[in-house]
Amino acid sequence: MKWAFWHRKRRNEELQEEIRAHLFLAEREAVESGQTPKQARHAARREFGNVAVAEEVTRDMWGWRWAADFLQDLRYAIRSFRQRPGFVAVALLTLALGTGATTVMFSLVSGVLLRPLPYPEPNRLVAVNGHTDGWNTEIYGEQKLAYLDFLDCQRDSHSLDLAALVYNSGTLSAPGDPQYVNYYEISPELFSVVGVPWALGRAFLPEEDKIGATPVAILGYSFWKQRFDGRADVLGSSLVLEQKRYTIVGVAPAGFKLYGYEPEVYTLLGQDPAGYLHNRAAQPVHVVGRLRPGATLTQAQAEIALTGSHLAQAFADTNKGRSLLVKRLQPPVGDVGSTLWLLLGAVGLVLLIACANVASLMLARAISRERELAMRVALGAGRGRLVRQCLAESALLSLAGGILGVILANWGLHPFLAFWPGDLPRAEEVQLDWRVLLFAVAVSLLTSILCGLAPAWRAPVREVEQILRAGARTVTTGTRRLHSAFVVSEMALAIVLLVAAGMLGRTLLHASSLNPGLDIRNLLVMRVGLSPATLADPAKIPSAWQELIDRARRVPGVQSVTAVDIVPMRQGNNEYGYWTSADVPPENKRPMALASSATPDYLNVMKIPLLEGRFFDDHDRLGSEPVIVVDDVLARSAFGGQDALGKNLWIPDMPCPQPDINKFVECPTPFKIVGVVGHVRYWGLAGDDQAQLRAQFYYPFAQVASPFLTRWSQLMSIAVRTTVPPLTLVEPLRRALRGAARDQVLYQVRTMEQLAHNSLAMQRFLLLLFGIFAALALVLACIGIYGVLAYLTGRRVPEIGLRMAIGASPAEVTWLVLRQSLGMILLGISIGTVAALAAGRLLERLVEGMQRSTVSTFFVTIPLLVLAGMLASLVPALRASRVDPVNALRQE
Amino acid sequence: MAKRNDRYQNRTELLQGTLDMLILQTLQWAPRHGYALSKAIRTNSGEILKVDTGSLYPALHRLERKGWIAAEWKDSDIGPRLRVYRLTQAGKRQLASERSHWERLTAAIAGILNPAKKENLP
Repeated sequence: MKWAFWHRKRRNEELQEEIRAHLFLAEREAVESGQTPKQARHAARREFGNVAVAEEVTRDMWGWRWAADFLQDLRYAIRSFRQRPGFVAVALLTLALGTGATTVMFSLVSGVLLRPLPYPEPNRLVAVNGHTDGWNTEIYGEQKLAYLDFLDCQRDSHSLDLAALVYNSGTLSAPGDPQYVNYYEISPELFSVVGVPWALGRAFLPEEDKIGATPVAILGYSFWKQRFDGRADVLGSSLVLEQKRYTIVGVAPAGFKLYGYEPEVYTLLGQDPAGYLHNRAAQPVHVVGRLRPGATLTQAQAEIALTGSHLAQAFADTNKGRSLLVKRLQPPVGDVGSTLWLLLGAVGLVLLIACANVASLMLARAISRERELAMRVALGAGRGRLVRQCLAESALLSLAGGILGVILANWGLHPFLAFWPGDLPRAEEVQLDWRVLLFAVAVSLLTSILCGLAPAWRAPVREVEQILRAGARTVTTGTRRLHSAFVVSEMALAIVLLVAAGMLGRTLLHASSLNPGLDIRNLLVMRVGLSPATLADPAKIPSAWQELIDRARRVPGVQSVTAVDIVPMRQGNNEYGYWTSADVPPENKRPMALASSATPDYLNVMKIPLLEGRFFDDHDRLGSEPVIVVDDVLARSAFGGQDALGKNLWIPDMPCPQPDINKFVECPTPFKIVGVVGHVRYWGLAGDDQAQLRAQFYYPFAQVASPFLTRWSQLMSIAVRTTVPPLTLVEPLRRALRGAARDQVLYQVRTMEQLAHNSLAMQRFLLLLFGIFAALALVLACIGIYGVLAYLTGRRVPEIGLRMAIGASPAEVTWLVLRQSLGMILLGISIGTVAALAAGRLLERLVEGMQRSTVSTFFVTIPLLVLAGMLASLVPALRASRVDPVNALRQE
Repeated sequence: MAKRNDRYQNRTELLQGTLDMLILQTLQWAPRHGYALSKAIRTNSGEILKVDTGSLYPALHRLERKGWIAAEWKDSDIGPRLRVYRLTQAGKRQLASERSHWERLTAAIAGILNPAKKENLP
């Protein structure tokens, strides 16, 4: 196509040829009419008018002038950048850091929060949850389903294919060394409903899903790789889990983490005879479903709700008041979202500061080129053209900065992920994908507009004559105001980040100084998987624990040992509603307390202070009076100021001696409070003060009835008080506690100090990041102040020279400059303080244990910022004071 | 540059509809190069309309871009090769529509000018 942009050079030549021909013809005609050749040439030219303009206007008609101009602008920008490599390096580095950090944070947001689930047609996947009247989802999370209720839903639903999953754990004793593993008990449809392919072998068959069928197992991919070296011949071989021998029939696909966790083994739910699975009062089942072709979510919701109400009528004693709900299946990310958005916001502030910095650099540059620009206007460049020129420069800068930023992000993403405290859910799905690249491009374009708009807006158009006449020495008020605006906004943004970092620092200091309520030094806690043979026989369990404790106590370096079911500052808790009289209100009206069962040594081992009464002793056993020990928080909230000792608490959900575990009968007998102990910061150092549930009580493990002993023993841990560094005892304890059958395993071995440390990991991580962001903001803001002041002062040299000529002292001149910067800094700080207060509120909501922003936070951060700002302005100020009046005035 | 550009562009715009029509109309009879075209317009209008060359070439290139006229280089016996423009089918349709538009416009203007005289009658 002859209009193509790329042919413009030839087109240009042709146009010139065409016009030459026109002139030639006109000239020839004039000669023919009798004029001299010279006269004829002049006449033809005169008649034609300005050839160059005619050419240019014609070229405009070709329609790609903007493109030609753009290329010209780019060439021009590159040429002018080459003259100032220092400026370009600083601007590029600033922008690359800003975009890079923002891109990293956005990759996390994108991978963890925005990406759909990694299964086919993820928007057709649903979760089915239960809801009992009065259940507080915000505190306790979604309610799951009873297995029997699931089976009814599955049978009755026409719009959904449903599958079930129950989390479980136990000892895998063969092949190889015993190991405590997590396993999912699933219904056979799970893999087909979710729609994942097979790694190896086959899925479970429907006919295998019943009690008495041949036990079959599927391995998790990572477990298969680790424990079986990824060998294909595991199919058909067997493993022993909880004393049951399973034949391995398949291997699940790599990275299949339906609920955020990849289990070691899958078994069939229908093969498990456990009582709780056949009782509608217990709801352990996660239900996932896929909409059948043609079915809509609304249909499925109506259908499942109907099934729920049928069940509530048919099984009133267990299902009364419970409804069933269908929701779209959400990625299992927990509450990490708020942290990610918070960090993205913080990093966005850094990016804004970077933009302000580059913008002020570019503005200073644009103004020092004012004469040049004015000259271009005088030569006919339109305002639009100058604006485009400025934008082309900033676009070039920010795109290059953006590309560098993406490279930085690509390089820094995985180290950053590894640095995340604990497990970031869906971390394996975080990558630089098209979404992230699109975001990076958008950010670069935005920064280019932010950086380029101010200089473009400043482009001289109107006062061309003055500028050309006056030279480049005057700074108009408008320019100074614009420069100040950059400094002010940088300061304001910096103070937001500084105050946030200050608040986090205070929080961490405060939390570290808190008393955890027990002595965390030289304390080792670990879960124990009792021998499956012992667990199968509740009668053996109490003596097994006693033997375990005795064995552990004999290990050199061990001072004392206790067994307990829940450990402070570690995940996993147990809570019951209590009441102070026999007239117990319904479940959702009862106050709740954390409950742990422990052996008599617990208080000594943990070194929790006994405030009143006694702790348990060997006389508290089954058959004797049921006793509990409460902490001071529970004592206060249940009995006000009165003495709690000797009072009774009614705790209907406690495991009472009952012949049948499958009948959840409310415990009618009260528990007598025999002691009051100090509060333990169960939810971690930072989180405990604001936790919903703080009251605690302890009950003797010896009073747990035998039907419950198996379940309780699966959850028990031992805590070991040592006289030597606790981690040196891990191996000796492992050997000592292996048991006669060598199938007792220790797992989740932690020191109490680690747990306490980890309970502050998120706060520490945030402090570190905010600290880095704040430091970056401070440095950028200082560079910004320095640049702006150096520039403004440089332009004021003649004025300063004049002032000095008429008697101003160097000190006065220094103060003149400093006062100017102080004004900008203080304005920025006052605006920033308002923003920082708002940001502080946000932090308090999002970060556990966040301390209020106090005056002291501002007392520390504001002088810091002022000082840094003044230091940055000192160099230009001193330079100004050394101005030689004679030279300065001569310049004018 | 800018201001002078504006001046030319303004004049082009002022004349645009008319100039385009005149060019299309003149090319209807025979393909012509730019100089011949400007001469033809001048001659046919009885030396009244003088086409500004600063407007002629932009107009020709614009019409070419719109596809109403097509250009071709032709060697001439007198010296330089010439860029000869001819009317395309689309150009013929455009000319017809511009002519009818022009006729309606002149009729309307005439209508305004003539009743004014009538009103002056007693």
